This record gives sequence, C-alpha cells and structure tokens, in this order.
Amino acid sequence: MVDEQNEQQTATPTIAKPEFSQEHHHVEPEQQPRLSVQGVGVIFNGNYAIRNININFHDNRATAIIGPSGCGKSTLLRALNRMHDIVPGAKVVGEINLDGENIMKMDPVQVRRRIGMVFQKPNPFPTMSIFENTVAGLRFNGVRKRSLLKEVAEDALQKAALWDEVKDRLKEPAMSLSGGQQQRLCIARAMAVEPEILLMDEPTSALDPIATAKIEELIHTLKASYTIVIVTHNMQQAARVSDYTAFMYMGELVESARTRTIFTNPTKKQTEDYITGRFG
Amino acid sequence: MSQRRVQFKQSVITRRNLVNRLMIGLSGLCVVLALIPLALILFYTVREGISALNLEFFTRLPKPVGEAGGGMANAIVGTLIMMGMSAVIAVPIGLLCGVYLAEYGNNTFSSVVRFLTEVMSGLPSIIIGIFAYALVVKPMGRFSAYAGAVALAVLMVPTITKTTEELLKLVPLTLREAGLALGAPRWIVNTRIVIAAAAKGIITAVMLAIARAAGETAPLLFTALNNRFWHTSLDQPIASLPVQIYTYATSPYDDWHAQAWAGATVLIVIVFVLSVVVRLVSGGKFTVQQ
Repeated sequence: MVDEQNEQQTATPTIAKPEFSQEHHHVEPEQQPRLSVQGVGVIFNGNYAIRNININFHDNRATAIIGPSGCGKSTLLRALNRMHDIVPGAKVVGEINLDGENIMKMDPVQVRRRIGMVFQKPNPFPTMSIFENTVAGLRFNGVRKRSLLKEVAEDALQKAALWDEVKDRLKEPAMSLSGGQQQRLCIARAMAVEPEILLMDEPTSALDPIATAKIEELIHTLKASYTIVIVTHNMQQAARVSDYTAFMYMGELVESARTRTIFTNPTKKQTEDYITGRFG
Repeated sequence: MSQRRVQFKQSVITRRNLVNRLMIGLSGLCVVLALIPLALILFYTVREGISALNLEFFTRLPKPVGEAGGGMANAIVGTLIMMGMSAVIAVPIGLLCGVYLAEYGNNTFSSVVRFLTEVMSGLPSIIIGIFAYALVVKPMGRFSAYAGAVALAVLMVPTITKTTEELLKLVPLTLREAGLALGAPRWIVNTRIVIAAAAKGIITAVMLAIARAAGETAPLLFTALNNRFWHTSLDQPIASLPVQIYTYATSPYDDWHAQAWAGATVLIVIVFVLSVVVRLVSGGKFTVQQ
C-alpha cells in the first residue's frame, strides 16, 4: 500500500511535465493585478491596429499572447511600456494601470524602468563588452560603484543562465557571442535593472531549438520573481511556459484564460480553430 | 521523379556568366582609373617639391624675391591654427545639428534646415569667403585669423551635419528601443548608444570636412588674407599654406614654384597624418560595421 503511493508520486511528474507548465493552484482571481489593461487601442496614422483590449497581468505569472501574424500581439506588448511614444503617428488610447496608476500619465522613463523588455532579435549594444552590456541599464541610471556593478552583473548573468559561458570573457565584445547567447545577454541586461514586469516579444523566434529550450527554462525560473508577458508564435511554447494565455485576432482580444483552458477547452470558435491549426 | 517544368537554356547561363565577369572587370578598371589621378598628384607633387623640402622650409619665414632659401614656417603654423579654430567652431555645431535632424527631425523646421544644409554644401567657397568678409572682416576693420577660421567653419558645418545625420540614421532602431526599454532617458540613448555606434563613421566624416577646409584657398583670400611674417596675434592677417601656395605658384620665379610644390606636399602630409592619428586614438573599443 505504502509502496504503491510512492510509485505514483514519482511517476506522475514525468507524464504531466512536457504538456503544460506547473500551474499555481492558489490564485485568487480577486487579487489586485500588477498590470491592468482597460479598453486599450493603438492607432497608427488614424487606423486602429488593436482596439478595446481588456486584460490583467498578475504577479509571478507568465502570460502568453498568441495569434496569427499581424493580429497586434507586439503592438499590445509595446503599448505596455510606452514603446509607441517614439513612433511618429502612433497613438495609444485607453488605460493601462500599473499598481493602479495609469502609465499613460506617468513619466515614460519611469514606466520603462519598472517594465523591462526583451526583443525579438537579440540587440546587444555593439560598442560595449559583455560586462558593459549587462550593466548598461544601471550605468544609464547613474550607478557608478564598481563593486555593485560587478555583483549585479554576475547575478543577472547567473539568472539568465549565461554566467558559466561568459565568466572568463566578460571584457570581450558582446557581438562575439552566438545568437542564443546574445539573447540571454539581453535578458540579463533587462533583469539587471530589476524591473517588476518583463515583456518578451517573441524572444526565441530567431534562435535554434537548444537556445530556445534554455530560454524557456529561464522563463520558468524568472516567474518566481517577475510578472512575465510573452508574445509568441509558437503554441507549444505558450503551452510550456505560460500560466495564462490570451488569443488575439485581427487587432482584438478574442479570449484569455488559464493556459490549460485555452488549449483544451476554449470558449470561442476562433480560438479553437487557431489552436487546432485550422487557420493562421 | 517528376520532370523539371522549367529548363534554363545553357546559352542564357553562359551569357550571364560572361556579363558577370565583364561587369566585375569594368568595376576594377574604374577603380584603377580613379586611383590614377591620385597617384599622379602625389607622385608629381613630391617630385617637384622635394628639392625645396628641407629643414629651412619648416623653420624659416619666406625670403624676399631674389634671395635664395627661406621657408613657409608661418604658413604651416597659420594653417594648423585656422584648422584648429575652425574645427572648434564647426564640429560641435555640425554634430549637434546632425543629431537633431536624425533623432528629432520629424517636423517642418527640420525639413527647412535639411534643405538649407544641402544648398549650403553646394555653395562656391568664394561666396563663403565674401560672407565671412561681411560678417567678421568689415565689423572688425581688418583681416584676421578669426575671420579665416569662421569662413572655413561655415564651409565645414553643412558637410558634418549631413554626414552625421545619415550615419546616425543607419544605427538600427532596435538599439534605441533596447536603450529606452532599460529606462534610459532619450539623451543617454543618443549619446551612449546611437552616437557611440556611429562614432567611427562620424570621425571619418569630420576628418574629411577638416581636410577639405584645410585645402581651401578662396575663403581665405578675403578673410585671413596672407602675411609674409609671423602673425603677432589672431586678430591680425595670417599666412596659410593654400594662399601661400597660390601666391608662389602664380609667381614667375622658379624657386618659388618649387616651394609651392613643397607646400602642397606638406599640406597633403598634414591632412594624412591628422586623419590617421585621430582614427587611431578615438572611437569606441569595438568597431561597428556601418
């Protein structure tokens, strides 16, 4: 009897693991969301790219945004840390509340300090070394103390699972790294400034499967301390790394729910069609 | 196995290869053609000037007509002084102008500035000389090194502005976004990321502008004028290599001709050495492909 129970316990994880990420079962839906998006639309030169988006992002959860090309996933993501500010002709409407405060009314620099971003293509600063890239955000914000920079750099590179590969070559140019290493460097760089929320815009689309696996593993670890929003084309990836999934289509949010629910029992037909590969 | 539906004719492939080889050959030929004048100028200048290039040339003032010897020491120093002063005026203005146009230049004002810059870079240098004459020489009441430097600076600004703008626009937008996403304010992104990434190219562009100004004669004719002696202060007329070369080359004396050639050689060497030194000592640690 006792033996049987033990066997079951050890066997269960191996079966469940590849399909879905470990879900946290103590979520209270009433909990105040870290980031709350209300009626958000983005207009480029008079045309709505996305409209009327309502979604909440919670602490220590990863939310995946999926949908076909051009559906507005990245547009929504970039609205979350005011990246549209630098695009001429772009306008964001609606409310995005960070801890209850509308980011559209905050200083964009402050917003981006709290909401970091990792981009689709690795974009390390080409004139800087690996070390300088990692601490660039700190230096830009006036941190000078050498010992602190070193400490933060090691910590961030450890978290990004890159430390062991670069610890002996921190002074080398960042561009000497491989594509996957560069992307992990960019993640380390984003984490070094200790944001509260990490936005990831298809962070693995330019990487090979091995580098992708490393970054997905990383997202799992990062969830412990960050709120993560990840845009992805890859539905398996969404299933593997996220707790919640939002499906977007033609600039609108069709449905968002627990990842398991979206993938096994979606309420909307469009979602089901997309998940099952009938379009997109 | 299915039959290929599209068959490429062998004759087409042969012709393409031929055309390919022909065009590569033509490009190579054009490179050689472009280099011939450069090599000839260098060779001819040095050959004609070598007889007058000696220690005295670098240390002595010009001798009066009929006396042998003498040098262009005052002109060499004068040219270096005016190069320095004009660079101090023009580089910051041109650079900041270029940064503004590239990073904030999305308005009507910038379009106007951009257009005027184009016009200005096409302006004949003699006109710039007259402009500096009216702007500096007239109010001051005399020719001076300052006036010469202003004329050269006016000549340099449009070139520096235009190339800086173009080089900054080549820096990928993703780098700016990466900087902003780290919570860096715009000016930090511009200085530490964008300009840093384009630094190598901008330095080359600035050096080209300085080199071009260093060789200009026309803007100096009404501004710095010339001086057979050492200048006593910068608000006095000052000698310069181009004007000295011009004066000597148009004279009827053979030894002056030789000195004009020697002056030209020195001018070329100054520009060359300066470019190499500046490129060696400046710029970031890592080269960025432009």
